[in-house]
Amino acid sequence: MSDAATVLPSRARPVAIDRLGVLIALIIAVAWIFLPFATDKANRIVQGQGRIAFDSLPPWQAALLAAIVALSLAVAFFRTPTLWRLLVSVAALAILLILMGQSAFFLTPPGNKLVRISPGAGFWVLLFAYLLFAADALTRLKLPPWLRIGALALAAIALALLLVSGDLNGLSIMKEYFVRADAFWREALTHMILAFGSLVAAIVVGVPLGILAYRRLRLRAIVLNVLNAVQTIPSIALFGLLIAPLAWVATHIPGAAAIGISGIGFTPAIVALFLYSLLPVVANTVVGLLGVPPDANDAARGMGMTDRQRLMGIELPLAFPVILTGIRIVLVQNIGLATVAALIGGGGFGVFVFQGIGQTALDLVLLGAVPTVLLAFAAAIILDAFVELTSIRQREEA
Amino acid sequence: MIEIDELTKTYGAATVVDNVSLRVEDGEIVVVVGTSGSGKTTLLRMINRLVEPTSGRVRIDGLDTRDTPAYELRRRIGYAIQGHGLFPHRTVGQNIATVPELLKWPRRKIDARVDELLRLFQLEPRQYRNRLPAELSGGQQQRVGVARALAAAPKLLLMDEPFGALDPIIRAKAQEDLVEIQKQLGTTILLVTHDMEEAIHLGNRIAVMDDGHLLQYASPREIIARPATSFVGELIGAGERPFRLLSLTTVGEISHPGNAQGAPVSAGMSLRDAYAECLWSRRTTLPVADASGAVIGMVTLHDLEQRAGRPA
Repeated sequence: MSDAATVLPSRARPVAIDRLGVLIALIIAVAWIFLPFATDKANRIVQGQGRIAFDSLPPWQAALLAAIVALSLAVAFFRTPTLWRLLVSVAALAILLILMGQSAFFLTPPGNKLVRISPGAGFWVLLFAYLLFAADALTRLKLPPWLRIGALALAAIALALLLVSGDLNGLSIMKEYFVRADAFWREALTHMILAFGSLVAAIVVGVPLGILAYRRLRLRAIVLNVLNAVQTIPSIALFGLLIAPLAWVATHIPGAAAIGISGIGFTPAIVALFLYSLLPVVANTVVGLLGVPPDANDAARGMGMTDRQRLMGIELPLAFPVILTGIRIVLVQNIGLATVAALIGGGGFGVFVFQGIGQTALDLVLLGAVPTVLLAFAAAIILDAFVELTSIRQREEA
Repeated sequence: MIEIDELTKTYGAATVVDNVSLRVEDGEIVVVVGTSGSGKTTLLRMINRLVEPTSGRVRIDGLDTRDTPAYELRRRIGYAIQGHGLFPHRTVGQNIATVPELLKWPRRKIDARVDELLRLFQLEPRQYRNRLPAELSGGQQQRVGVARALAAAPKLLLMDEPFGALDPIIRAKAQEDLVEIQKQLGTTILLVTHDMEEAIHLGNRIAVMDDGHLLQYASPREIIARPATSFVGELIGAGERPFRLLSLTTVGEISHPGNAQGAPVSAGMSLRDAYAECLWSRRTTLPVADASGAVIGMVTLHDLEQRAGRPA
């Protein structure tokens, strides 16, 4: 009998619990029990009334939702295989989204065009909890970069299918979209141009500037200090500061006004985004170049590479993962920051955000905010995967 | 032939290399030895102009090194450093091919040369050609570093503490390999080290430097027997002198006919190792065998002791 006692591992528990899963299960439980699933508004600007799931859906759909919530509680709480966790969280996300769309149809009286149904606090918290659950499961699987991009593509396709199917069309946010669909895509394009255009300009200017700053210590100090200062200027203040110089350019430089340069609107927005993008690009270029092993540099010189050959063949390739990280920071930053451009007429998704605020139509705000968040998320995942891909070859070094 | 004429390097008030002159003949191995800060590395780096001299000249085969652009000069001189400096993002083959590519050799010639060098350094081409430096052991990385330096078949090879990062067992093997390869290729080698043992082992001639000055430039025997200054004597070490002197000769060179008892020693063994064998096996005579194992003569402990004393 004493032999059996010494054989038991000291950490054996009758039932194993997953630490993060406890938190997730707690969030799910609170959202399900205490928070409303949907918000029912008589028209787009009044305060809505919260409704729980069983009031928002036909009984069998509500039961399905309850079932998946219960299952997810169990799978999250206990230590379960990672694949189960992934499957359950993805299934829960899909069901949650589809049924949210269904509840909009259910809660809208036939023929009533004024009623606005939007997701309630409970939906958002459940969405957050399941996204966390799925992301955690994916991380535990340790997918290689290409597979991560593949998973992202699958998620994008699924979301597109959901939208195209019309399931979500009953929701208030989609109604806002249908009223202004053309403007949506126009502003989407503007937003892309603002974010990517400023990024490209920052790369074209910032990387050479970074190389120069790397080579010359005094220049490095000046450049980094100036860019640090620029970074601290609040965006709205920077827009204001740019009005006068850009207006001057528009009046005095021939042709400037003709191509669209002016003190307000798109120009100061993209100029400001460009200025904010410079610091990460320049700083990361310098740091990346500083991280090149000095022996490799010495050997390269000693073997007879010219400075240019060394820069292109040795220094930049080895610095590339760090520079790419800087680009990733800028892209995600700019996708979010471009929303502010709308304040001065620069366009982009911010247009809907600020219009929605002005009209106290929160679903219009969401119409601007949700695409922005999704885009930033996708950009982060894609670029992180690329950074990892380019670093693999050198990851063992040092 | 390399002629170093009154080469000096100063940084502000500090003189790192002070008026050094020496001549290296073709096919020689010259080892520059000294403590840290002696200026030996700076001297080496002035030959391929990684450091520009403050005054003085370097002539290679009669041509002043300042007459060609620095990068062109360096493509004709092999350069191997302690940290080997392999490019981490390029394969072994690509690393070795660096200088031939800079010289725009035809692809076929480059590939053939890479394989030839890999075989010369005992790295099977098909196995090692496409590996990354991080996938090699320290000893293998060091070999690839030297192979890379020799890729374009330079007449001169500069080496800066190339064996410093290796553990003692691998270091001895690497030194043997270098001597072998140098015999095959006939390359002139200028090697910098702080290890006097290495200098004596490898060098045809040794240049001893201290505080920027060249103290003595002579054969190992000369340096051991007649050190020019007390500092050189210290570097040799009074406790090591006799044994270092013994290490310069092989048993085969002094063996004479006769019979001795016990296990034979090979003719290629150094007198120092033979002396150690005498002490350890408590013998006063040793039989000497050639490469095939046949006994060709003998040496006595007395012979060894005679040759361990200060030369006349």
